[in-house]
Amino acid sequence: MNTMAMSVAVVDYGMGNLRSVAKAIEHVAPHASVRVTADAAEIAAANRVVVPGQGAMPDCMRELTERHLRDAVMRAAAEKPFLGICVGLQMLFGHAEEGDVMGLEVLAGRVPRFPQAAMVMPDGSRLKVPHMGWNQVRQSEAHRSHPLWDGIADETRFYFVHSYYVEPQDAACIAGETTHGITFTSAIARENIFAVQFHPEKSAQAGLRLLENFMRWQP
Amino acid sequence: MLAKRIIPCLDVNAGRVVKGVNFVALRDAGDPVEIAQRYDAQGADEITFLDITASSDERDIILHIIEAVASQVFIPLTVGGGVRAVTDVRRLLNAGADKVSMNTAAVNNPQLVADAAAKVGTQCIVVAIDAKQTSPGKWEVFTHGGRKNVGLDVIDWARQVQLLGAGEILLTSMDRDGTKSGFDLALTRAVADAVTIPVIASGGVGSLAHLADGVTQGRADAVLAASIFHYGEFTVREAKEYMRQQGVEVRL
Repeated sequence: MNTMAMSVAVVDYGMGNLRSVAKAIEHVAPHASVRVTADAAEIAAANRVVVPGQGAMPDCMRELTERHLRDAVMRAAAEKPFLGICVGLQMLFGHAEEGDVMGLEVLAGRVPRFPQAAMVMPDGSRLKVPHMGWNQVRQSEAHRSHPLWDGIADETRFYFVHSYYVEPQDAACIAGETTHGITFTSAIARENIFAVQFHPEKSAQAGLRLLENFMRWQP
Repeated sequence: MLAKRIIPCLDVNAGRVVKGVNFVALRDAGDPVEIAQRYDAQGADEITFLDITASSDERDIILHIIEAVASQVFIPLTVGGGVRAVTDVRRLLNAGADKVSMNTAAVNNPQLVADAAAKVGTQCIVVAIDAKQTSPGKWEVFTHGGRKNVGLDVIDWARQVQLLGAGEILLTSMDRDGTKSGFDLALTRAVADAVTIPVIASGGVGSLAHLADGVTQGRADAVLAASIFHYGEFTVREAKEYMRQQGVEVRL
């Protein structure tokens, strides 16, 4: 493949630390053209699309709509290598408990908050929310040979920071699971879509490897 | 299971790391990028930068430092020091910081915590609390390097910043800071049990056992230390290996 011509759009809808995502991709794919963009035409023209996200789901959905980026993101999710990160994963689903808003409904399922009751340990200490730090991702049987897991050992730790998680209706899309009081879906895969709850751009070598795998991926 | 984090802290003055970081064969002992890369290679889970630049016309240098570090080091970066307004928070995040820590400004204007959290998300907002014991089982909040008692109970303030929207608390014992006699474990545990957000223990680390105690007895979610790592006494990896032997979940 001609990597010189490879272009990736990092969708900028005004939320979160986009520079980190772009820098990490530039680091693993120095010849690719990485554009942080809020331009629907540029997103449509890119070979690959990354939707990062941080902050509150209602704000993210509102910004996406106000910047007229909904259609561009929907189209990218339908037809080209697509990587969702954090809220970029959550927005692919339906109802979000945070702010009582609907996501893009590309995948069926909801986005609840970590239940307080599940966070108290037998010794009386509590697991904290946000779930912040390095936790293991168990790769699902069905997706263990997914190109994005290539070279990444099962149960590798990635960096998480979130208070909400996705609950897919169709378990077949679950590519990874993580335990923090409850066991939740930390990665999903379906056709051209891969999306993760953790931050590969902040997950040292393992995260860079996942981004490198994404840049090579030919779904 | 979520790993307990080990966080080296670097003091930065006008773009240079101060308090003599002492790594073997470091080309430039004051270069934040090179030092951050070393800590990343050792397995640091995050890095905290404390900007102690006093002169206001040199304050923007930290933005360039964070930009440079963030393009080379791909682990979470927290920056504290000199944050007074939501615009300061945004500029640091845009430069590549993942979290911004505020201390005096939060005490003087608690609404700043709420405004910043509403703007950038609670996960980006750390409130640093400098605590001093004032009577048995009671700690109060201090500013100005432990010189000024602001008349707030530490436990009450910790609960309040959580309500305001802090995503994490960086708790420093001013009694222990610089003493190498270990964390104030009673303080750490009292705060960790009082809030549902993560607590980083800080102040007093002199040995690897102190780091482990902060987690096992203090119930901290993360431990922060400066000198034991800077002067090459221990690497972050050695600290993690020790903690694992003590039954603490770490990323190795």
